Amino acid sequence: MANNTPDNLRYAKTHEWVRVDGDEVTVGISDYAQESLGDVVFVELPSVGRTLAMGEAFGVVESVKAASDVYAPVSGEVTAINEALLDAPETLNSDPYGEGWMLKLRPSDLAGEQEKLLDAAAYSQHVEDEASKH
Amino acid sequence: MKRTPLYDRHVAMGAKTVEFGGWDMPVQYTGIIEEHHATRNAAGLFDISHMGQINVRGPDALPFLQYIATQDVATIAEGLANYSLLCYPDGGIVDDIFIYHLPGRYLVVVNASNVDKDFAWMQEHRQSFNVEIENISDATAMFALQGPKAEAILDRVTDLDVTALWFHGVVEGFLFGDVPAIIARTGYTGEDGFELFVENASATRVWDSLLEAGKADGLRPVGLGARDSLRFEPKLALYGHEISDQINPYEAGLGWVVKLEKGDFIGREALQRIKVEGVRRKLVGLEMVGRGIARQGYPVASVEGETLGEVTSGMPAPTLGKNLALALVRTDLAKIGTELDVLIRGKPVRAVVVKTPFYQSRYKK
Repeated sequence: MANNTPDNLRYAKTHEWVRVDGDEVTVGISDYAQESLGDVVFVELPSVGRTLAMGEAFGVVESVKAASDVYAPVSGEVTAINEALLDAPETLNSDPYGEGWMLKLRPSDLAGEQEKLLDAAAYSQHVEDEASKH
Repeated sequence: MKRTPLYDRHVAMGAKTVEFGGWDMPVQYTGIIEEHHATRNAAGLFDISHMGQINVRGPDALPFLQYIATQDVATIAEGLANYSLLCYPDGGIVDDIFIYHLPGRYLVVVNASNVDKDFAWMQEHRQSFNVEIENISDATAMFALQGPKAEAILDRVTDLDVTALWFHGVVEGFLFGDVPAIIARTGYTGEDGFELFVENASATRVWDSLLEAGKADGLRPVGLGARDSLRFEPKLALYGHEISDQINPYEAGLGWVVKLEKGDFIGREALQRIKVEGVRRKLVGLEMVGRGIARQGYPVASVEGETLGEVTSGMPAPTLGKNLALALVRTDLAKIGTELDVLIRGKPVRAVVVKTPFYQSRYKK
């Protein structure tokens, strides 16, 4: 299945993406993730100011069928959340890399942690490997 | 994992598949919500070949079924079908089943995950009954054609007068001129509709031809995701959720399927006692007041914080547009209007007990 995987982003194996904007990063879920979840009907996001460790569950995305955790791809303090998503969770399906962003973080160790994230090619491979397991 | 004869078709149509009861089944083709609405507003075609089918025939077929089932099987005349339960001696539920009375046999349809258990249960209790019990699940494909347009679509592809088939009626005939099929006015969506049984060898042809025949009416393939939301709204029980070996029929609101006066059957003594003593917990409908979706297994607590029950199924109900749930709760919390909390990931979220079914079934009777 061909999913959109922009080259300018970094990805976690748990299917979140990271975009570096100066000293902040923006976080969302990948096109593959939204496609796998199906219609998103509910989103839970953390409070601004909360400190997240890399790999920590920061929120929940729910489809009709199931609830899935979303994990912080890097450590840092939450500086903003996408409030619009709470009322229009379907935006995660329609525009996962744009209007469907989930939160912004001020990273605490971007240089160290960034290496653990995947680039677009490595993430696409990861998705293919995971899909072939099914 | 087992696959139905339609598996390759589902994948080719872009279905996402999931494991269900040991089967690799399509959960959705285009989207659960879209497929749900298509079934309520037009028609949906479901591959439910994972369901089990067991033939019961012989001179003692009726007394045998009377002994293992809670329903009064004598009231199911030839050409009719009805819902029933198999119960354990303690009143817990082995499975919920549908009994179709055909010429010379009863066809018993059971849940995919319970086929082996049910078949063994029947064998174990046949005793001196003169019956032949045959598991034909692996040779049988089963489809559900459901929704307000189902009748018109089916009428187009068979010589049978399906408009004359009653609610819960069942008949043997042909589809597309020469495909032998059992056709019943039954289903699991709360809509008018039919369930069709054909041999595996005819499955692909019937599936493709039905979709073609119903195209102009908006017929579309529907996966297990919408099958679940469609059965949830009219409060049709799902084994492992609203019913199980730990839940008795009276708790699940299925007392109407238990005919204590019909004579002896497995579980009767316990069920009689439960009925007299009353139940300590009951299945209720919940509407979320706070923000969140209740899911199976989430605890339900009084507003004072005492845990008094558990969610059996919950989701954003597509037709109602609300976050709803079914829950087994202590009887004193079961009154409509009662406020309680669902513990969602440990946090109490307010809900209120509401009337069920959430959606009034639209059967053609």
